[in-house]
Amino acid sequence: MKDILIMILSTFGALFILSSSIGLLRKPDIFLRISVTGKASTLGIGLILVSTALFFNNYSVTTRVVAIILFLFITISIGGHLLARAAYIIKTPIWKGTKIDDLAGQYDDVTHELYSEKHHSSIKPDPTDNI
Amino acid sequence: MTKSLFLSNLILAIIWVMATGTLTEENFIFGLIIGFAILGIITYKKEERKYFTVIPKFFAFIAFVLWEITKANFQSARESFYSKSRLEPAIVKVPLDAKTDLEISFLANLISLTPGTLIMDVSDDKKVIYVHVMHLLDKEEFIKETKQKFEKPLLELMR
Repeated sequence: MKDILIMILSTFGALFILSSSIGLLRKPDIFLRISVTGKASTLGIGLILVSTALFFNNYSVTTRVVAIILFLFITISIGGHLLARAAYIIKTPIWKGTKIDDLAGQYDDVTHELYSEKHHSSIKPDPTDNI
Repeated sequence: MTKSLFLSNLILAIIWVMATGTLTEENFIFGLIIGFAILGIITYKKEERKYFTVIPKFFAFIAFVLWEITKANFQSARESFYSKSRLEPAIVKVPLDAKTDLEISFLANLISLTPGTLIMDVSDDKKVIYVHVMHLLDKEEFIKETKQKFEKPLLELMR
């Protein structure tokens, strides 16, 4: 019974990580790629870690697994946020299919200060239709 | 007030463990529940009773967040197989009700973990956040839903 549960959990975890790597290949620009990889991999790694905890069935392993999952959830969203911000500021090309871009021209050119009202500057990613 | 009630709750749980003489995690959690019930009976001042509404709400919120994360993962796993024509990405400005840094960072993490959304940046005057959405059907609808689903319960808990 326990073996079957471990098999199911680790298989689903591996499939989630596979789906996020396929998403990495198929998405047209960096922002969509960050979106896809960040999320699918959290659950993938989480499931694999839970199956590890079930396999060892040991108090010290379980507490470590809980700590790892907690830190994973905290850090992955922060990492994605920083990557997206840096990519926008250095004008990484944005996909031309993007419908609305409220962020365009809101950054200050020199100080990189972000305004909430209308502001006009030149930081605006170039549309691209690559891949 | 909430803090001192929480400490009393912990002390009651430790006393319960010592009185029963079995130090296992189940017994400790049972002690916490018993302490919670005892404190709920003996606390009568209205301003102190906040602790007893916040704790159940907190656990309900954690369950809700975990459910949302699972849903997000299934959705983004499915979306990795979509063709490009079905994508409708957009960067949307969402006005904030949260004021302090802690509230904003919790909200930003929460939005990042849910389906198809990614925080781009918080404006320097802390009035708006910019969110990258993978499937935007209606801008107003999205802003309203985000505020209803995440910001309102979070602020209720933290204030």
